[in-house]
Amino acid sequence: MHEPETVAEAVSLLGQHGADASLYAGGTELLLAMKEGLLRYGHLVNLKTVPGLDRLDYDTSAGELHIGPAVTHRTLELSPEVAARFPLISDAESKVANVRVRNVGTLCGNLCFAEPHSDPAAFLLLYDSRVEVQGAGGSRTIPLDQLVLGPYETCLEEGEMLTSVSVPQFGPEMKAAYQKFGYHQRPTLGLGVAVRLENGSVAEARIAVGSVGPKPVRVPEAEELFLGKTVGDILGPASGPRLSVLDEAGRMAAQAAEPMDDLHGAADYKEHLVRIFLGRVFAEAVGAAPAAQRSAA
Amino acid sequence: MSSNRQNWSIPIELTVNGRGVTLDIPPQLTLLDLLRDRLSLKGAKRSCDLQVCGACTILVDGMAVSACTYLAYEARGAEVLTIEGMADGNDLHPMQQAFIDNGAFQCGFCTPGMILAAKSLLDETPRPSEEKVKEYMEGNICRCTGYRKIVEAILDAAGKTGGAAG
Ligand SMILES: Cc1cc2nc3c(=O)[nH]c(=O)nc-3n(C[C@H](O)[C@H](O)[C@H](O)COP(=O)(O)OP(=O)(O)OC[C@H]3O[C@@H](n4cnc5c(N)ncnc54)[C@H](O)[C@@H]3O)c2cc1C
Ligand code: FES
Ligand code: FES
Repeated sequence: MHEPETVAEAVSLLGQHGADASLYAGGTELLLAMKEGLLRYGHLVNLKTVPGLDRLDYDTSAGELHIGPAVTHRTLELSPEVAARFPLISDAESKVANVRVRNVGTLCGNLCFAEPHSDPAAFLLLYDSRVEVQGAGGSRTIPLDQLVLGPYETCLEEGEMLTSVSVPQFGPEMKAAYQKFGYHQRPTLGLGVAVRLENGSVAEARIAVGSVGPKPVRVPEAEELFLGKTVGDILGPASGPRLSVLDEAGRMAAQAAEPMDDLHGAADYKEHLVRIFLGRVFAEAVGAAPAAQRSAA
Repeated sequence: MSSNRQNWSIPIELTVNGRGVTLDIPPQLTLLDLLRDRLSLKGAKRSCDLQVCGACTILVDGMAVSACTYLAYEARGAEVLTIEGMADGNDLHPMQQAFIDNGAFQCGFCTPGMILAAKSLLDETPRPSEEKVKEYMEGNICRCTGYRKIVEAILDAAGKTGGAAG
């Protein structure tokens, strides 16, 4: 167990020990995998010994939240600042795992492990978040949608460390909601919608879907489809033989998320969930009554 | 944590149920193994070993953790509380008494974890709503009672311990 005092030292320890070393934050994933013998390391680099990495700051001038790598789910859940400015995050964080995992597990550890059944990886996409990464060769900034490549795979190079997640606040007119669904400890589906209405119709829309497929995604096609439509257009029934807006957007979202068969359910079941939850979450975001549950024609 | 380093040990000092303990441990030792095998405190149970069931719940500086997947190393310098440290001499902790009064256990396997989780809830929120109790306790699984009596016990303890404040 190494106890670095600076990020540079942590990164250099990782470089020195290569594949035999791993960063260790809360350990809620790492220790599980090591106990199961799935991962083996001779060296753990405890990032919690670097002072300041547990900082959770709100930058007033930029309107951004900065989440350090030692910030736990529980800290985010209980932070009054997060509750006031990012209510969606505080609510979603209170529903991650159980209180013991939230006490110890970090948001950055969640992102870096890239277990597909993850909430933050999905809801942070709604905010156009960015991550800062530091390696031996210096630091770089990556848009969050480029971080996760697939199950347990991120674009971080060996020896690189995620040093911060930056989350820009929504504009004042943005209405957003996130819901998760599942019967297991981890989510089967996580879906978030953020919309801005202008004179009753959608002027900006963001849709993020997580957990059902190999990685969380935004769905630009469906976001575009919502533009210019009223809440009634979106939640209303189909006109004529065409699919309703919601069914069509749901189909796009399901396609983009690439649902996989796994212990949480079959791919076509998850496709169905995506369509249903898109309606529910949109309705919650705009404060409308939930859409009548219609199946696609 | 690879096999060639299994002989390594690190010295740690911690407080367990108010008693100072100093010992050498392998860095990969879990806190549950430390408590059960080195200190013979068998109250915290191992069941799922996956941070799911809560049978191993103990408090580290007041914070509920799954001892099964938490390094003993992390408890260096900390105060650990297990079920063995809840009673004050022969006087049961109010939460223990509430579990008895409400018949909130059958086999008792989940009970130490339940009581510690419930204590951490009331330390944080002395008068929780029933909804809050259910939410907070969601990660502690009981295969016998059906939970209703557990929730009632916690609300009962909250009424007594947090009474004056609430
Ligand atoms: C029972 C259970 C239920 C769960 N339920 C949910 C759920 O409902 N929703 C959900 O979203 N998640 C859930 N999770 C996942 C949970 O959120 C993660 O386990 C936790 O956030 C991981 O953080 P950690 O600090 O413990 O990571 P660690 O285990 O310490 O690290 C995980 C991995 O990330 C790497 N890493 C950590 N920090 C960094 C960094 N800063 N830079 C680079 N690499 C890093 C480590 O090297 C390691 O490979 C659940 C987990 C468990 C065990
Ligand atoms: S044994 Fe630790 S949570 Fe189940
Ligand atoms: S009393 Fe038997 S598991 Fe809870």
